[in-house]
Amino acid sequence: MSKPNPIKTTLLSAACAVALMALTPAQSAEPPIKVGVLHSLSGTMAISETTLKDTVLMLVEEQNKKGGLLGRPLEAVVVDPASDWPLFAEKARELLTQDKVDVVFGCWTSVSRKSVLPVFEELNGLLFYPVQYEGEESSKNVFYTGAAPNQQAIPAVDYLKDELGIERWVLAGTDYVYPRTTNRILEAYLKQNGVADEDIMIDYTPFGHSDWQSIVARIKRFGSEGKKTAVVSTINGDANVPFYKELANQGVTADDIPVVAFSVGEEELSGIDTKPLVGHLAAWNYFMSVDDPNNAEFIETWHGFIKNDKRVTNDPMEAHKIGFDLWVQAVEKAGTTDTDAVQAAIIGLETQNLTGGTARMLPNHHITKPVLIGEIQEDGQFAVVWQTDEEVPGDAWSDYLEGSKDLIADWTPPIMCGNFNTVTQTCLGSEAE
Amino acid sequence: MPTRIPLHRGIWISSLLVLLCLFAVTRVSAEGSETVSFEAALIDLSDPSFAVKQAAVDVIAASGDPRAAALLQALAAGQLYVRDADRALVLVSPSAGDYRLRDALDGSELGEASRREVKKIAINNRMRTQLRTAIAALTLASPDPAVRLRAAQQMLGDPNPLVIQAIRDQLEEEENRQVRDYLTLSLALADLQDPATEIRLRGIDRLSGSLYPAARNGLNRLLSAETDPEVRDAAERARTHIERMRSLNEAAETLFFGLSLGSVLVLAAIGLAITFGVMGVINMAHGELIMIGAYTTYLVQQAMPHWIDYSLFVAIPAAFIVAGLMGILIERTVIRFLYGRPLETLLATFGISLILQQLVRTTISAQNVAVQNPSWMSGSLQINPALALTYSRLYILIFALLVFFALLVILKRTALGLQVRAVAQNRAMARSMGVRSGRVDALTFGLGAGVAGVAGVALSQLTNVGPNMGQAYIIDSFMVVVFGGVGNLWGTLVAGLTLGVANKLMEPWAGAVLAKILVLVFIILFIQKRPRGLFPQRGRAADG
Repeated sequence: MSKPNPIKTTLLSAACAVALMALTPAQSAEPPIKVGVLHSLSGTMAISETTLKDTVLMLVEEQNKKGGLLGRPLEAVVVDPASDWPLFAEKARELLTQDKVDVVFGCWTSVSRKSVLPVFEELNGLLFYPVQYEGEESSKNVFYTGAAPNQQAIPAVDYLKDELGIERWVLAGTDYVYPRTTNRILEAYLKQNGVADEDIMIDYTPFGHSDWQSIVARIKRFGSEGKKTAVVSTINGDANVPFYKELANQGVTADDIPVVAFSVGEEELSGIDTKPLVGHLAAWNYFMSVDDPNNAEFIETWHGFIKNDKRVTNDPMEAHKIGFDLWVQAVEKAGTTDTDAVQAAIIGLETQNLTGGTARMLPNHHITKPVLIGEIQEDGQFAVVWQTDEEVPGDAWSDYLEGSKDLIADWTPPIMCGNFNTVTQTCLGSEAE
Repeated sequence: MPTRIPLHRGIWISSLLVLLCLFAVTRVSAEGSETVSFEAALIDLSDPSFAVKQAAVDVIAASGDPRAAALLQALAAGQLYVRDADRALVLVSPSAGDYRLRDALDGSELGEASRREVKKIAINNRMRTQLRTAIAALTLASPDPAVRLRAAQQMLGDPNPLVIQAIRDQLEEEENRQVRDYLTLSLALADLQDPATEIRLRGIDRLSGSLYPAARNGLNRLLSAETDPEVRDAAERARTHIERMRSLNEAAETLFFGLSLGSVLVLAAIGLAITFGVMGVINMAHGELIMIGAYTTYLVQQAMPHWIDYSLFVAIPAAFIVAGLMGILIERTVIRFLYGRPLETLLATFGISLILQQLVRTTISAQNVAVQNPSWMSGSLQINPALALTYSRLYILIFALLVFFALLVILKRTALGLQVRAVAQNRAMARSMGVRSGRVDALTFGLGAGVAGVAGVALSQLTNVGPNMGQAYIIDSFMVVVFGGVGNLWGTLVAGLTLGVANKLMEPWAGAVLAKILVLVFIILFIQKRPRGLFPQRGRAADG
């Protein structure tokens, strides 16, 4: 090593001192705003949720590049609830009481959301939930940036019915709350549209089901009775791969019996051989393939952040992006991160969708979304074949179910209620579950 | 046809008529297309709008141009691209790196181009259906029987008289049995709609015994409108006959499904039958050894991307060696210190299973990986129109039996097998006879682990390959081994197949979730009654 140059050293330390001085006061005066991230990083849901954790980290980093929020930097606090539903509640409590986060982005499965719900209500926290779900819920403390059934399932069925002329329906799903509720809504909807009982087949399978032989054989028989048939699939996670493989092996192609899936997106397709799936459909509110400048920018930022330009973007990522934008705007509008002030400020705020159009936060804590139907292509992307003319407002309580069709959610005064009965003019409160 | 014209020309003319008719029907959606020529339609094909593309396909199909069939087939197969520079249509043969281009019309070589210079012409489901119909009409007289078969299948049940005439003409010179079947069926279905009673009866007679779903649907349609009692009676009888035949085939299909599920259970459990059954080690990492076999398949496929069809033949020995070595490593470093202490073995191997899962997560990816099916594993073997056995399941069933008998031979007929059994039955005695029990333990565990790895290769063809995949099989594996009787390979085979068939028999009426629960309940009750399983080991060793 050469002898240190005294002038250089002095200059360097002076520069350091100046830099430190410039930084220190800002940091000590303004504590960071904490953003909690409650996504499973291990266990079965890690496949889907790890990406969402990275998305929030990216959004936080981007916001900090813009100078933070209210002049304060943002700091992400990441915890790992490990796909363990009770642990979600514990970790949520930890985030709210120990880390004292100002907002939480998290959860994927409905059961994890149901598990943290009482914690957020008790401790008056803020949760942004980014995944399409079964509806029939609206909490003061939760903002649902994913699709409600009327923003995904119902338009998809309309598309099959009107555009493809489908007359027989297979409702296939994994056996848990989201598929069961969604299928109940769809069944009611189909029957109201004059579909007979014998033209609807409902089938549930366990998580991670891998032997689809007899179910596919039954679907094939059901579809060979002369009426055009489609499968509406709420099959979750990786059980889809053997399902589509079996369809292909038994010779069921997308033009005989199309399958429209609500849980198969770009991320899920990136882990599998897509040949057997080509031509099958998925209904989402976002596709990576949509040609829009906002989307291109988002994908570029994502690739830069994750340092891998093969990674895909998907619908729940867009939901987090929208939720994050709306929260940032609400905090700016309220001038504070206080839960009640943000809740009041966020309703009515708007931001750009990545696929064009705007997302507006509604009084029922859901947002407006466009609905897109895409066909799976060989490269694992979707080609959009149909979309709604305008954004569809999310409906917390389905209009097609007895007991829920009279309910609305409205978190603005004077109603301030998540399950307001419009007939009796009463708020059911926590009784309606 | 009134005048007899040479046969093949007759076909040509009638298929042309078919096309014109199709054209006329779809013209509403393709406004103004009558003025569009073949060449103009070619340009429209690269339009982003599906509606414009559909109109263009109609024009091309109806043009009578000899190049139309090949062009539409390329479009349906996703090989038709458009070159950005001059909007020329090109055929692209898939290759790594750059694309090789050929002219879509005359097939001449156009050299290579990068992926960015050409754009694929996207099609949707509607266009696929439209293309299939158009291609069928254009190819019914093709010299290739497979092409004719597809065309005949596509035309099945089409009531259009022009189509019927084309079918009738083709039937006269058709030699392929399968194509004849389809053509005859189409004619029989057409007979059902004839106003003359005797022709309808002839149609019913021809349909009787046919297992094609179209035959039954045709009869159903007939029955819903038919008033003539004689015809109704004949149709009822034919339908009952068909239903009986179909339900027989359904039973055969269910049996096959059950055996196939059973073979998967046997494959997953057979390695455990050795480590747990013979050695008595409660190996909770068994599922992860299966996972290692599956990941070996993935890595082999990554190493030979152009030889996917042969990859499994490399993957099977590779997985056996990798998983086997891993097994020996586990045995030498952990398990050998814990013999005779089942609880600690259970905990230690559970820890190993978590380590292995995390190892895969960090070194490869937390995401599932894509293992491809070789082409010979895809599709199904059509026994008859109502019964098809999927190749992947069929091969795995055979493979499971092969593995089983190979293991049986190793255990019963080789020196190693003899030593393994000796050590398992009486360790002290075996040692005093000069058997190096430590080496035998390691090799036995390695064998069990290696077989688990081989099972992983087979399972990678059926299900997801991911870090958690092993967990899905560990419970089932223990279930099969315990049900079959610990320490008995035959027990494992019989138990696996029985559980598979029982599960599939219950599934149609109980649903997949309940069927699984019922099977578990059944096993619990069975084990209460016979704690040593189906085939209990007898003798002193069993009491030890």
